[in-house]
Amino acid sequence: MKLKPQKYADYATIAFPAGMLTVFFVIPFGIMIAVSFFQRVQGAFYEPAFVFENYARFLTGFFGGILGFSIGLAALVAVVSVVLAFPFTYILTRMSRQAQVVWLVFLLSVLSLSEVLIGFGWSTLLSRTAGITNLLVSLGIMDKPMSLSPSFGAVMTGMVYQTFPYTVLVLYPALSRLDPSLVEAARTLGSGPVRSFANVVVPALRNSIVSTLIMVFVFALGCYLLPQLLGKPSHWTLSVLITDQAIYQSNMPFAAAMAVFLVLVSLSLVAISLLYGKKEHAA
Amino acid sequence: MINKFVLRLFLGSLVLFLSAPLVVVAGVSFNEKKSLSFPPQGFSLDWYAQIFTDDGWRQALFNSVGVAIGASCLSVIVAFPLAWFLWRFHAPWARIVQVLGLAPFILPPVITALGFLSFWTTAGAYGQPWTVVISHGIFFVTLPLVTLTLGFDAVDDSLVEAAATMGADDKTILRTVILPLILPYIISGMAFAFVLSLNEYIVAYMAVGFTVETLPIKIFNSLRYGYTPTMASVTVLFVAVAVIVFGLIARFGDLPRLLGAWRHDEDG
Repeated sequence: MKLKPQKYADYATIAFPAGMLTVFFVIPFGIMIAVSFFQRVQGAFYEPAFVFENYARFLTGFFGGILGFSIGLAALVAVVSVVLAFPFTYILTRMSRQAQVVWLVFLLSVLSLSEVLIGFGWSTLLSRTAGITNLLVSLGIMDKPMSLSPSFGAVMTGMVYQTFPYTVLVLYPALSRLDPSLVEAARTLGSGPVRSFANVVVPALRNSIVSTLIMVFVFALGCYLLPQLLGKPSHWTLSVLITDQAIYQSNMPFAAAMAVFLVLVSLSLVAISLLYGKKEHAA
Repeated sequence: MINKFVLRLFLGSLVLFLSAPLVVVAGVSFNEKKSLSFPPQGFSLDWYAQIFTDDGWRQALFNSVGVAIGASCLSVIVAFPLAWFLWRFHAPWARIVQVLGLAPFILPPVITALGFLSFWTTAGAYGQPWTVVISHGIFFVTLPLVTLTLGFDAVDDSLVEAAATMGADDKTILRTVILPLILPYIISGMAFAFVLSLNEYIVAYMAVGFTVETLPIKIFNSLRYGYTPTMASVTVLFVAVAVIVFGLIARFGDLPRLLGAWRHDEDG
């Protein structure tokens, strides 16, 4: 049924999308890489050059600290999200179709929320005047309301809030395709629902879990506003720093160098996660 | 018995966790005075009216909706011929174009945003309102590409063969057989892109942040100067739009399938 393209006219259809993606995605990318070697000009923008100065700044303790914190935070967020989302997604795929649809609409709505709105929502929920501590005070658990943000806990909570629906949607295809006879067999052999989940479902989807962890890690690395809205300056991540350097410090070359670095880290991780995902299909 | 209780507790806590910030924001949006307090004091819908009566907020709303309409149309216009080509022809190198279409969504958004910032500055168009439409259109091309690929996969080959046997050429088949079959996938891809474009902040900010204010940009800018209840009412409006759009997709389409589930009796 599928043919090789024969005439030039056959290529015409793909020419437009290929052209658009080249001009507006590949070329911007190339320009960004070029800018990362440019020289910053104080008071102006930047001028063409070929210097490694912007990359050399990676060796400073300031950058190292931010990189370490970003990686640690993203890893922690990814682990918490997957630990919560894996059993949830398993339960979800066993629900009636109608219940699944309701949950999916809810999760998609949360996922599509702007980081600005998530940050605003959580800073309100953690604020002194309208926050959750007021509830605790009226229940007699606390003496007086207090503000819980900015803090590391607030950043973590906001980021897990953002990554949880994403994690569920990444896990959803694999879990909904899991052969139900696997669990039925375990149940017939006398193991309870929790044990059959832990001993059958989790090992069967080992590779999906690893690749999901990596995907969520990359997603969390990309979080650019929540550390700024819910945390202190010491909680800033690489994505926040890139925005700050590009917009407020107008140091495009340094921002571009960090972005190139972030691309390389993300791409290699995504490649690893794809390899893991493939293994499972082959098995 | 205990298992059932634990299960309910787990699901209940997740509902609470996911809805708590939205409930509080909805609550403060009804405050009568311009104060951030919950439970709300008094009841007023003024902050919802403000979105439409205040010049700044209304302009931001129009900007956001305009950008989202333009960007979602553009993303479908780019994704459709690509998905069609991948379905119609066997050409391994076309996968490269496909990967390019998927990449903006997988990479951290800051990278795409910075790429556009350097591109528009170099092209001398930095700050022009239309640049954000193109930027979003490319950034969200992944969504219609994914839904359209699923749509083409679902087309029954025998229908196409029947049409071809009766002498229909590619164009006729596309118009009379394919288009009606994949229309739901076009609409859902466009709807996904529309909702996400409405909410998108960083790409819009880096492309036109200093000349055009979309709603997320306006909320972020206002957050830096303190609190206005209109932020809360806009948030509620956004959640409502998302629920309505995704609800409609679920009502008229197969949402679990769009998100990658398939039933066991189907693949036999």
